Amino acid sequence: MHEHRDYEGAKIGMWLFLFTEVLLFGGLFLLYAVYLHRYPAEFHAAGKDLSRIFGTANTIVLITSSLFMALAISALQRGKVLLSQRLVLLTVALAGVFLVNKFFEWSAKISHGIYPDSPALLKLPPGEMVFFNLYYLMTGLHGIHVIIGGAVLLYGWHLMRAGRVTPEHFVFLENGGLYWHLVDLVWIYLFPLFYLVV
Amino acid sequence: MTGHDVNYDTGPDMGHDTGHHAVPLRINLLVWAALMALTAITVGVTSFDFGFLNVVVALTVATTKAGLVILWFMHLRYEGRVIRLMVFTAFVILAIAIGFTFFDVAYR
Repeated sequence: MHEHRDYEGAKIGMWLFLFTEVLLFGGLFLLYAVYLHRYPAEFHAAGKDLSRIFGTANTIVLITSSLFMALAISALQRGKVLLSQRLVLLTVALAGVFLVNKFFEWSAKISHGIYPDSPALLKLPPGEMVFFNLYYLMTGLHGIHVIIGGAVLLYGWHLMRAGRVTPEHFVFLENGGLYWHLVDLVWIYLFPLFYLVV
Repeated sequence: MTGHDVNYDTGPDMGHDTGHHAVPLRINLLVWAALMALTAITVGVTSFDFGFLNVVVALTVATTKAGLVILWFMHLRYEGRVIRLMVFTAFVILAIAIGFTFFDVAYR
């Protein structure tokens, strides 16, 4: 029986889904922009409280994970299945590193009493309160995407081992990779806006 | 970039999984190096105070990085006309949403 495959259609579908993600985060960035416009001094003060070291480290981790993902696709296209599997695992491992960093970063903030609706947060000026609420909302939503992306890629790795993602048919892994790069894209904007805001 | 790896510029390939040229290792590494350099720039530039311009610089660097990721890591450079037009349209719509909101907020 001939199996029907529509490579182009599958990718168009993935891009359409990514557009909804762009709009989801775009709306939040819009909220950020409007409040930055209203409270520039407070955003400046609150942004200094975030760890630039953690932010920069996680930027390097995510960009490098995106490289490994791109290399995994290229390797698979060249027929190097085992290499591709290892590169996907490396990508997932870096997703784990990102989340561990995020855990320590959030823990430090929470132990200082800075978390949504905390007594310390409620005493801050409105602008700083908005900054930290947006920080938790946006990095939290992004963190959920990191978890989902890592899980999707792990499933892609499983499909490669099971012989269902192959050098001839790899659209699942390619779409998983697109999702992973979108997660990187969102962080590329989150990083300067929260950690480097001046 | 070298032209030989760009073989889908003329139109979408409505066929199958095979036949796509893999992005050369050298290009992937170059894109990664550029992303790292831009990260260093955007962190380094914060030690200077340009006032409002700091935000402009940060967003310009971020958008350059986003362009590199979309064009090479997400293979948009190698896609057919349909997907490229779709992505372009989506970002124009996002720019309109953000731009028009700012007209409203800035001149209130």
